[in-house]
Amino acid sequence: MITTDNLTKRFGRVEAVRQVSLDVREGDRYGLLGPNGSGKSTLVRMLLGLVYATSGSISVLGEPVPRRVGRVLPSIGALIEEPAAYPQLSGRANLRLLDAAGPRGSRRTRRRRVDEALEQVGLAGIDRRPVRAYSLGMRQRLGLAAALVRRPRLLILDEPTNGLDPRGIRDIRELLTSLNAAGVTVFLSSHLLGEVSALCTRIGVLDSGSLVLQDELAALQQPTGRVLITTDDPERAAVTLDGLVERRDGADLVVRSPDPAALNARLVAAGVPVRSLAAERRSLEQIVLDVTGAGADQFGVPAAAEREAAC
Amino acid sequence: MLAVELFKLVRRLRTWMSIGLICALPLVVAIFIAITHLEPPPGSGSAFLSAVLNEGQLYPAAALALVLPVFLPVAVAVVAGESVAGEASAGTLRYLLARPVGRTRLLVAKLAAVTAFTTLAVLAVTVTSYATGVLILGPSRAAAVGTAPGGITGSIAPGAGGSPTAGLQAGAAVTSLSGAPLTTLELGERVLGAMAFITVSMLGVAAIAIFLSTLTDSALGAALGALAVLVASEVLVTLNAASAVQPYLPTRYWLAWIDFFRQPIFWRDIQRGFAIQAVYVVVFLAAAWANFATKDITA
Repeated sequence: MITTDNLTKRFGRVEAVRQVSLDVREGDRYGLLGPNGSGKSTLVRMLLGLVYATSGSISVLGEPVPRRVGRVLPSIGALIEEPAAYPQLSGRANLRLLDAAGPRGSRRTRRRRVDEALEQVGLAGIDRRPVRAYSLGMRQRLGLAAALVRRPRLLILDEPTNGLDPRGIRDIRELLTSLNAAGVTVFLSSHLLGEVSALCTRIGVLDSGSLVLQDELAALQQPTGRVLITTDDPERAAVTLDGLVERRDGADLVVRSPDPAALNARLVAAGVPVRSLAAERRSLEQIVLDVTGAGADQFGVPAAAEREAAC
Repeated sequence: MLAVELFKLVRRLRTWMSIGLICALPLVVAIFIAITHLEPPPGSGSAFLSAVLNEGQLYPAAALALVLPVFLPVAVAVVAGESVAGEASAGTLRYLLARPVGRTRLLVAKLAAVTAFTTLAVLAVTVTSYATGVLILGPSRAAAVGTAPGGITGSIAPGAGGSPTAGLQAGAAVTSLSGAPLTTLELGERVLGAMAFITVSMLGVAAIAIFLSTLTDSALGAALGALAVLVASEVLVTLNAASAVQPYLPTRYWLAWIDFFRQPIFWRDIQRGFAIQAVYVVVFLAAAWANFATKDITA
């Protein structure tokens, strides 16, 4: 759906994007992670033909960009940084206007498509107020509705959950998941690890303009070969699993073993009361921090943790 | 895309506010003249202003002369300067281009919308000042002043014909600047011609403002830049030392619309005026295109 080959963009002496080779496949929910200022937005703008690359090439939906960008854009819904709308017009009028501006926005189906998009983002019923009176979250939803009006095959969303409350974030996640199930490829950029790990199947990590990692999330989160055990009788557990215990912290044990089921059977046979037992997987945070030099705060980890608590 | 631009234009309060202000100036002037009867002496003051005391129907011409030097170009520069820069700073430009709206198409639609705005403003000034002229200055004033210099004989305006003109020559006409009489049809044609010329005269400013609008994300900067060009042009037009460049200045033939009110119409400057505006539009729109088509949209 999207491939770039050694894509580079220089603004003066600043290299915003450096030799990036993206590979977004049909049906992906692809999350492009990177701290603020890592080049995500510049990359997104290049995919949409708004910013011209210094070198390298881009292909979107099989067409070269920016040369044939006019052919692919009608099949793409985009959110480019913040949403934008004409403040004096209503949300509905904004969607109709934007739809009328480009090609392939059939007037016959416009009302139905606009209604549907407003419904999808949860703005139906409050779409007649002028956008001036919208909250940040409503503007964000309107921006998403604008991306959906053309019923695109590919969504390119830059920070789609910006300004949304926890409920809004969950709504959008469910919406994107259901659209993806219906065949829409989703490419989103974010600096929120929680958002990406909850939604995406594939990730890319951008650090100072370079793509330092790109893989399936499931593959990155393979079990590490360690098992986390919580038990009421850590003494006996440690004796039973002698030699395998790497670390002990009160009732919690970290045990080296590729097979959690066998481990559990051994403990139960020895009469150890196991409260919980799980294969350790690397968190997305750990994965990202391993490949970037950035501090966790730049990835909005605390915010993500708060949100999960609020949910 | 043009329909979209026109929709945005008419749904914007600023459009109507600025047109209202443009129309208000001639109204205020008419009220002062009607109350004081103090006309500017012929040859000084705005064109036609001394004539309207005698002939209210000429007031649209006087009104256009009043708004032409400042009000109209300021309004046009503001609207045109905002065209691309305003969309850029509001963030809507990137969404329009990603829709996609071709960049060339966007520029042309913007110029067309600015032209529509100018036409609307000129039309509004003409209509309101005609009403003002007939109602406030009116043929009755002509009758009161009586024998005016230049041989003004009366009026046959539809709606104004009848009672106040009863004592005047039937079928008489408004005089042209050259002293020869004009029939109402001729007057109408010439007003239309002047309106068209003034609208076209604004297109040079519009093209300059649109060009500047593609250079900056500041709508105000683009509008002020275009006005600076106009002020410079006005200064040079009156400077003898600059006579070499005067035929190419955007405001050089701005006043040529007055030639529509000569009998017969004096075409030379009118044609040059149209031509110079066409050149400005082509050159600056091309420059705007060259800049905008390859520009990184980072706003």
